[in-house]
Amino acid sequence: MEKKSYLHEFSKGIVKENPVLCLILGTCPTLAVTTSAVNAIGMGIAATAVLVCSNAVISALRRFIPDKVRIPAFITIIAGFVTVVQMVVRAFSPALNDALGIYLPLIVVNCIILGRAEMYASKHPVLPSILDGLGMGVGFTAALLLMGIIRELLGSGSVFGIELLPVKILIFILPPGGFFVFGMLILIANRLNARAGKRVKSSPCDGCLMSEKCSQRSCEEVSGNVD
Amino acid sequence: MDNKLYVSSSPHIQSANSTRRIMLDVIIALLPTTVAACVIFGARVLMLVGVCVASCVLLEYIARKLMKRDTTIGDLSAVVTGLLLALNLPADINPLIAMFGCLVAIVVVKQMFGGIGMNFVNPALAARIVLLVSFPTAMMRYVPAFWYRTGVDAATTATPLKADAGAFSYIDLLLGNCGGAVGEVCAAALLLGGVYLLIRRVISPIIPCVYLGTAAAVSLLIGLDPLYQLLSGGLLLGAIFMATDYTTSPVTRWGKVIYAVGCGVLTMLLRAYSNMPEGVSYSILLMNILVPLIERATSPRPVGYVKEKGEKA
Repeated sequence: MEKKSYLHEFSKGIVKENPVLCLILGTCPTLAVTTSAVNAIGMGIAATAVLVCSNAVISALRRFIPDKVRIPAFITIIAGFVTVVQMVVRAFSPALNDALGIYLPLIVVNCIILGRAEMYASKHPVLPSILDGLGMGVGFTAALLLMGIIRELLGSGSVFGIELLPVKILIFILPPGGFFVFGMLILIANRLNARAGKRVKSSPCDGCLMSEKCSQRSCEEVSGNVD
Repeated sequence: MDNKLYVSSSPHIQSANSTRRIMLDVIIALLPTTVAACVIFGARVLMLVGVCVASCVLLEYIARKLMKRDTTIGDLSAVVTGLLLALNLPADINPLIAMFGCLVAIVVVKQMFGGIGMNFVNPALAARIVLLVSFPTAMMRYVPAFWYRTGVDAATTATPLKADAGAFSYIDLLLGNCGGAVGEVCAAALLLGGVYLLIRRVISPIIPCVYLGTAAAVSLLIGLDPLYQLLSGGLLLGAIFMATDYTTSPVTRWGKVIYAVGCGVLTMLLRAYSNMPEGVSYSILLMNILVPLIERATSPRPVGYVKEKGEKA
């Protein structure tokens, strides 16, 4: 029984609650770095590493972090791990560091990571938190990789730098193409979820990260809502 | 009881006008331009028009079937989109690229937003811009006019907007003896089509006249030759056939004026100060997006309506 729920903690982030395609979180890196499959994987792995580590630490410290200053505390922990990841990437793969540019340090404000810290890690023990972070990270990476492959294939005619198509439809590696591919993937994910009967929710608070925690009053009443 | 009193909601005045009739008028108005394009650039224009029209109609049919909606190819709007798109392409474009343009126009811009009357921008224009961004080299390879007489096929030429001053006379521009997209070069044929649309009352004169007037005024202000600017590039094609699209232009009179002034100013500013080859497509597309706001700002007030205190006009 226990084991099955661990598996669930891991797998929910990949399909059912995929952070990018179902919860529509972390769209900024999703649109910005998926111009090639390699960049997408690099971003996915970097974010996953930060997510797993920060989830573990925040979960371990959850009894010591005062509730009122929890967001700054979470951000500090996340920023620490982002700095580590950034130094590692810069040392071992300067090319990837150049390609990801500003989006690598921006992992700090990636709402997937803060969202999992707030919603999951601060309320659950260490092991499930790690699994949750890993699952969400894999889901994030998978979605990014899918977008990266589609955009690189259509926009540059190649996948992972290997030439496959003779035509290059440049718009796919430009921002409009990114939005278009993103929209199409969300459409497909919604259709698949609807067909599998997984989308049973209908309340407006569903899909909202805070829905478990908040009193489910309408969101307009709660001012200063975080992304 | 025999009910003799029929009550129906407005409109009560009916005319024989239908979408199909209006679209047919637009096609007729585009015929001189199409014929002129065939004369200027040779028979390959016919092939291009055929490919675009056929793929637009076919894609519209398939898209409606896939979305389980009723078929709308009978209203000829897909034919108009295909024809307009073809007239916006250079003569020697790869037909596959043209077909990709049709896919963008019909499936992405039109059907995904709900079909005819629902598109948020002009489908043919959006497709042209997507192609321009996606295939910049192919989209800007213009063959010279009457290339088939000289026998030189591979030569390319500058469009009047990029050529040196004095390279083309007004007569050249009027008759289309210059490089450019197939439908934009022959100003005389475009004007003929525009006059037909005005006589048939398919389009209101406000948008094309104000658009062209603003463009001429702005070009005078910034020191360009107004007549040369009006006759070159896609300005006439855009002002007469693109900016007047019912779905993507305002319905109110002052809205039309604001919209057309915006198009004219943006076109000339883009032509004069940007490094882009042409400003017409981008300016119309931008103003298309602003149409809902323009309409909200210019919506007419009912007769006798009294402004409430603190309410804005």
